[in-house]
Amino acid sequence: MSALPLATSFLQQQSFLDVLYIIAFALFIQGLRGLAGPTTAVRGNRIAALGMAIAIAATLLQPGEHRWGLIALGIALGVAVGVPAARQVKMTAMPQMVALFNGVGGGAVALISWVEFRRLGSSYGSVTVAATESDVGRFHGLLVGHPAVPTYVAIFSVFAAIVGSVSFWGSNIAFGKLQEIIPGRPISFGSAQQVVNLVLLVLALAAGVDLIAGAHSQLLFIGMLVCAALLGNAVVLPIGGADMPVVISMLNAFTGLSAAATGVALNNPALIVAGMIVGASGSILTNLMAVAMNRSIPAIVAGGFGGGGALARAEGAGEHARTVKSTSAADAAIQLAYASRVMIVPGYGMAVAQAQHAVRELTKELEKRGVEIAYAIHPVAGRMPGHMNVLLAEADVPYDQLEEMEEANQEFGRTDVSLVIGANDVTNPAAKNTPSSPIYGMPILEVSQSHSVIVIKRSMNPGFAGIENELYYEPETSMLFGDAKSAVSEITAELAQL
Amino acid sequence: MTILASVLTTNLAILVLAGFIGFVVISKIPNTLHTPLMSGTNAIHGIVLLGGLLLLALPEIAPVYQLDALSEALLVIAIAFGTINIVGGFLVTDRMLEMFKSRPKPSAEKDEGEDKP
Repeated sequence: MSALPLATSFLQQQSFLDVLYIIAFALFIQGLRGLAGPTTAVRGNRIAALGMAIAIAATLLQPGEHRWGLIALGIALGVAVGVPAARQVKMTAMPQMVALFNGVGGGAVALISWVEFRRLGSSYGSVTVAATESDVGRFHGLLVGHPAVPTYVAIFSVFAAIVGSVSFWGSNIAFGKLQEIIPGRPISFGSAQQVVNLVLLVLALAAGVDLIAGAHSQLLFIGMLVCAALLGNAVVLPIGGADMPVVISMLNAFTGLSAAATGVALNNPALIVAGMIVGASGSILTNLMAVAMNRSIPAIVAGGFGGGGALARAEGAGEHARTVKSTSAADAAIQLAYASRVMIVPGYGMAVAQAQHAVRELTKELEKRGVEIAYAIHPVAGRMPGHMNVLLAEADVPYDQLEEMEEANQEFGRTDVSLVIGANDVTNPAAKNTPSSPIYGMPILEVSQSHSVIVIKRSMNPGFAGIENELYYEPETSMLFGDAKSAVSEITAELAQL
Repeated sequence: MTILASVLTTNLAILVLAGFIGFVVISKIPNTLHTPLMSGTNAIHGIVLLGGLLLLALPEIAPVYQLDALSEALLVIAIAFGTINIVGGFLVTDRMLEMFKSRPKPSAEKDEGEDKP
């Protein structure tokens, strides 16, 4: 119809919109800079949130035929689910919550791409390298009013649909594993896994290419989404719990990239900038995590610790039926009380048992007795990057007692007792000594260098990675079997009676 | 051709530059902040919500491009998802960071009431 009024209002409003968007970008970047430093982080997060509010307000202020009822419904639903979830989630359940929030972001990307296909898909492939911008109607960057859909729009939209769908399903599986709805152990098709993944990827890509080339089939689009969904499932299901920090931060980067791709398809700079910043920072974090495990990202994606771990376990059990030394809470209390320096080594077990407050109580009691306390934090301890730091911060552990891996490894030599609470693979000497071990080469906390080691563990079952831990059989190690929280509390109680 | 290409090039330029900014800003982060950083950036990609908002404001100028009921339903879900991502992400990050806040000062006892919900 009349393109002129649309064009003028578009021009008039566009500069205003752009200014608000630019302010929002600046706030995102400033906020992110803040998030990188301990003292500025709270403010940084709030600045980024303000940027988001401005970007949303700017978008809503645009003239157009808003379906206000539907917009309000969507936002209300989101707030009704998101706010209570974020308020009530326990710090120990943080990894799955982050996974879930990430997943819905990916889902939103996939759905928006689907709607774009429903609107414009019949014109995919019909044009037209020769189409000029004047052939293409725009409404705040969205294509309207002309059947000319530039190929790049189709490409970015299809890319966003695939990656968004992978991210949605992958994150949901990660959530399921962390919430223990799905077993945390690697679930896979065995040696066929890589083939299955590859076939799904190829199918999704082939469907995508076909759609871009002009197969105006809604069914094909849905088929592509399904292939991508299955791929998301197939990639994350075989990944063991220990690899979760890498997976979660990788999926985060994926969702960011898919949002940026949506931004190119919708010609919306806010989406491009925000999505890319997340994509880039997420990639850095993913890489950091992978380096901390001495594993390449492709190797993690290609399959978890599953097969190799099972082999190593069978081998170890068969060769020598070794014994472990077990101890009691009372003995552990004595050992700790007469130490001059104790290193706490927390792991996922502490998170599961929600033992962080009990641990803090124990260390307070020990500090009263003049014992020097430090915490050794492995970068991939737990199920998401920085997991242990969050939990210990919740329990009011002083910041300066937390030691990163390199620092801690220099200190184990002068440590009397290392108290390992629910940490397994990150302390396994096999990573240094056993070339056949699936975790060989991963930097570990060298707990066995300390004079003695107490390991609090539920049972002798190997951890999520399914790998036998040599540490437990070493002469200076004693095992205290039980739930991390009650075991630590018992030690504290015994300590009080000394 | 040229104008259309310039829209694409502009967007690609923005894409690349934003990527560099992301790399530069987050080049060095202490372990402590890995979780808040991830969950903060996680909230930011909820911005895809804007796409849903714009689509639901489309004027119905050409019948071909009207949103049908299914499209509208999909967009409502997309907006709900995006909102969960944004609101939940920022709130959770804020909660986590509040716990780190009093860390450098040894007198953390006062805040204890707030830390335990």
